[in-house]
Amino acid sequence: MKPKVAFFDFAGCEGDQLQIANLEEEILTLLGHVEVVSFREVMKEHSDNYDIAFVEGSCTRLQDEERLKQIRKNAKIVVAIGSCATIGGINSLKNHKDLVNVRQTVYGNKANLFDTYAARPIDAVIPVDAYVHGCPMTKEEFLHVVKSLLLGKKPEIPNYPVCVECKKNENVCAFERGQFCVGTVTRAGCNSCCVNEGTICWGCRGLVDNPNENSQKEVLIKYGLTVDDTINKFKLYFGWQEMKK
Amino acid sequence: MENKNFNVEVHHVTRVEGHGNIYVNVKNGTIERCEWNISEAPRFFEAMVVGRQWSELHHITSRICGICSIGHTLASLKATEAAMGINISDQDLKLRKLALHAENLQSHVLHVGFLVLPDLMGVGSVIPLASSNPSEVKTVLGLHRLANEMSNLVCGRTTHPQRLIPGGFSKIPTMKELTALREKLKASVPALQAFAKLLQSLAPKIPEFVRETEFISLTSPSEYALYDGKIASTDTDAAPAREYLSFTNEYVVPQSTAKWAKHVRESYMVGALARLNINYDKLSPLAKKTAEMFGLKPVCHNPFMNSVAQLVEVVHSVEDSIKLINELEAAGLKRQPDYNVPEVHVKAGQDVGAVEVPRGILFHDYTYNEKGVCTKANCIIPTNQNHGNIELDMKALLPKILDKTEKEIELSLEMLVRAYDPCISCSTHAVKVHFI
Repeated sequence: MKPKVAFFDFAGCEGDQLQIANLEEEILTLLGHVEVVSFREVMKEHSDNYDIAFVEGSCTRLQDEERLKQIRKNAKIVVAIGSCATIGGINSLKNHKDLVNVRQTVYGNKANLFDTYAARPIDAVIPVDAYVHGCPMTKEEFLHVVKSLLLGKKPEIPNYPVCVECKKNENVCAFERGQFCVGTVTRAGCNSCCVNEGTICWGCRGLVDNPNENSQKEVLIKYGLTVDDTINKFKLYFGWQEMKK
Repeated sequence: MENKNFNVEVHHVTRVEGHGNIYVNVKNGTIERCEWNISEAPRFFEAMVVGRQWSELHHITSRICGICSIGHTLASLKATEAAMGINISDQDLKLRKLALHAENLQSHVLHVGFLVLPDLMGVGSVIPLASSNPSEVKTVLGLHRLANEMSNLVCGRTTHPQRLIPGGFSKIPTMKELTALREKLKASVPALQAFAKLLQSLAPKIPEFVRETEFISLTSPSEYALYDGKIASTDTDAAPAREYLSFTNEYVVPQSTAKWAKHVRESYMVGALARLNINYDKLSPLAKKTAEMFGLKPVCHNPFMNSVAQLVEVVHSVEDSIKLINELEAAGLKRQPDYNVPEVHVKAGQDVGAVEVPRGILFHDYTYNEKGVCTKANCIIPTNQNHGNIELDMKALLPKILDKTEKEIELSLEMLVRAYDPCISCSTHAVKVHFI
């Protein structure tokens, strides 16, 4: 019997589920190993009988917690896919602001009709068994995690910073180029894809488990940067992780 | 008919991006309720970008939507560049147009091939089609893959592009890569024709439904407007993008859940059909031929034909991309430094970026202070502009199909919603309101 899988989304851009469509012909191979029983974005059918639930998006309001808990009850394995689900993602930018203000900025005098709280990853609400980080997640890592789960193994994800991969790719360091990069503390596994494309690491995969704060300080001093610069850059994706500390 | 009683409640319409619901109550043959509403969790982007640097805005607002992240990035860059008086080179302009074509291709192929086709073939998703119609599914997958290869090549990624930055590109493809892409685009024409013939064979299944409405899109005297142009309407004169608020006029509807938009009528429609209705003359030759296969010509008031208009645009995007690559080659592709950072003189200002994205016209409007920090933002996405039109279409369609079974009614209403290709996760400011 093929394991039954289901996809769900909360506050997010659905860009991670899009990566599944982007598997192209490999989807057909994947369908040989799993049975998709719920995937609102692509199919009409729905069933609550599933083994693995893939969840995209952050939890941003109390009313969504119930739906998440139900998914946890139904599934044997819950996998968070994409930054919003794994670390809170870009949604946590609003966590640094006064949420009454945030609602008023967007909805004016109708603000009190909008329920919202600090955006959080789904493991702040329910236990999560596996993570596919990234904004968006890469299809390669998604396949790696799915394969591991189907083989009954715990998927391995790197716990070293993006700098390691970036050096291996022989990129010119962003700091050397006069730019600010958070690859020093961000979890690797993306093959430093953004720096390879000529920009910087923005931090979408979240902090490594034990970021080397001393080396981060050294970098700051060496390049004449301030703590405020760092805090500001960390706010982009690390909002929830920093709040927890 | 007179004693017909039923309720239709479709919670979370499937095969659309985001969460939308349909509510219908019919009592003694009379329609008591017919509503389209949005239950997506609001994400507050316009508040999140306040306080952030000009160099980050495109990165943040790209995350409004995974499907149209290139379009959001481009609208964002255009707003920032207009606010600060930044110009981009002709070469970068052409490359950005290629990026937009790549996204239109990807999104339209996904919508027509994976999300609409199952309705026309009488199944619940594309999954059973993979075994019943493998060659058709492979054709669609092949076109989708080509579109993604194109995004990868131009933007450095398929979703949430990296290379597109204020003032230009951090990295550009080589001419060799571009000419290789051109050959693949040329080679895709038979697959496109097969895709068009497949849809044509199913065209009798497309409902014949007409409700006159207003169409709004960008327009340009020189091309089928996607990257740039004035705001045009089938009802009024065109106006510069800066005047977008006089077109969108967002308002809150008591019985529904999203900010809606209206211009001179009760509602208007944006998207592929609006663009085709306004800019038909500027379509590429093969695209016009494709439109003719379906008898699609302006002004078409059948919203179900939006999917056909998307197919026509797929053909246009392929042909126009080939043309753009030819032009880049003729001009000679200029190389740029690695990790390119275009020079920008930061200054205070406010301006608007308008871009045609797969689902219609998109506006980003930013205000920056003298340090280049964003102090105010407004993003109006296509789907929010379509909500009013969707509900009015539902209200016009329902009386015509009341004699059908509940299942058939439900399917017709879902197909109507799906024809608009709504992207609800995009709804930067979806409203949830309960009035008693």
